[in-house]
Amino acid sequence: MKTKPSISVVLYPITFLLLLLALWQTADWIWKIPRIILPSPWEIGTESFHRINDLLSATLITAQAALAGFTLALVIGTTLGLLFSASKIARLGAYPYMIFLQTVPIVAIAPLIIIWFGGGMASIVVIVTVISLFPIVTNVTTGLRSVDTGLLDLMTLYQAAPHQILFKVRWPNAIPYLVTGAKISSGLTIVGAVIGEYMAGHGIDEQGLGYYIFMSSQNFQTEILFASIFLSSLLGVTMVTAVAVISRFLLNRWTFQLEQ
Amino acid sequence: MTAPISISQNSAITIDDLSMQYGDATVLDSVSCNIPAGQWVSIVGPSGCGKSTLLRCVAGLTDPTTGTVQLEGEQPAFVFQDPTLLPWRSAAGNIQLPLELEKQSTESRSDRVLQVAQLVGLEAADIDKYPRELSGGMRMRVSIARALVMNPNALLLDEPFAALDEILRQQLNQELLHIWQTQQMTILFVTHNVAEAVYLSQRVIVLNANGTVGGDVAIDLPADRVPAIRNTPAFFEKTAAVTRILQEGL
Repeated sequence: MKTKPSISVVLYPITFLLLLLALWQTADWIWKIPRIILPSPWEIGTESFHRINDLLSATLITAQAALAGFTLALVIGTTLGLLFSASKIARLGAYPYMIFLQTVPIVAIAPLIIIWFGGGMASIVVIVTVISLFPIVTNVTTGLRSVDTGLLDLMTLYQAAPHQILFKVRWPNAIPYLVTGAKISSGLTIVGAVIGEYMAGHGIDEQGLGYYIFMSSQNFQTEILFASIFLSSLLGVTMVTAVAVISRFLLNRWTFQLEQ
Repeated sequence: MTAPISISQNSAITIDDLSMQYGDATVLDSVSCNIPAGQWVSIVGPSGCGKSTLLRCVAGLTDPTTGTVQLEGEQPAFVFQDPTLLPWRSAAGNIQLPLELEKQSTESRSDRVLQVAQLVGLEAADIDKYPRELSGGMRMRVSIARALVMNPNALLLDEPFAALDEILRQQLNQELLHIWQTQQMTILFVTHNVAEAVYLSQRVIVLNANGTVGGDVAIDLPADRVPAIRNTPAFFEKTAAVTRILQEGL
């Protein structure tokens, strides 16, 4: 049975955060911690306010890169999932390399991507795509293949064509799996975008949060570093929440599986 | 009052020397029988004797190791032990699936869905519900409606009521009898419930534990089956006869 979320779910974390900020601010007053090491919440807030336009613009650019890479990952991941579910040869031949690709750290692949695609948005989007591809491929492949055998028997009885089995049974069955993969990937997209911007976001007009993280750490602007980290996290949470809300809204009829 | 039942002497389903082996295990052993058009035949037997496998062979879902199955007319419809509904489709969407696969027009599909939904006792409000919103009995009604939507000549039922409580089971038995009598179709019904088999059928084929046919009992009870028949000496006699063959075949 579902219960409505209690107000304490929101109240306790906010209270905890306020307490933490108060302690942090108090510690700064008492020990006079150098700004370069640990700026106070007040200092971070003030500096961020002064550069609010730059930070919001950077957040928007990072969000655009993340969304573009995420969309590409959805398209490529779904296509690969369809291929792996339809062809045993493709699955046995290429699937292990998908796992291999997932195990290679993205910071190790990023320089290669930058060599191939050049510095700038293209490389950042490719890095986002690579980091968020694997959960979508594995989930779509599983969803397309894990169909109730009774449903497949049913389609056999009615002599359904392969494309009818795909579109009436396998694909609808894979939708909740795709949503699960998309939820996992959506969090990774911001990680990919920030890493991409950190490594390839220099010398271009559109500078995202990764670039700000890099530059503020180089210039010891710790307040901006904190603000960029906070905005990256906020962007990640927003991305995951947006995918979760959209999927729940669109996939009402699949609730039986989403709840499992 | 029910319509008179017409049974043709032509076989709707002919099973000839059918055997099925999985590795070293023999599931069905030289099973032969004829099911005349319009007859309701039940298959009973102990668990694992191959009842469902026999039905799957008749439906063409499983190839027998040896032997043949001949069907008169079109592919029979099949009702599985589980309702086997597409969970993302409404009841109406599930019922019309075979019509969609045949690419029938939306209008004719809607009319036919309403007809069969009514036939199996589904309310108009129920057909827009998703399977998760329906009770076990309702889901099975949707499954039966889907099987009937193509107006099949023959219906294969694989223990469709096994998961239902006794009251609901008897209610659905009665409704299925009514459908059989009005639609004049051949029914091959697998069950492990001897009383149910005797009540519904005109013949009960008993499979032994080793997959051979143990007996073929004609059920010459009145054609108009009403629940009171279950309390008659003739019903007890037939039930005892089938049970005796079952016990001998263990």
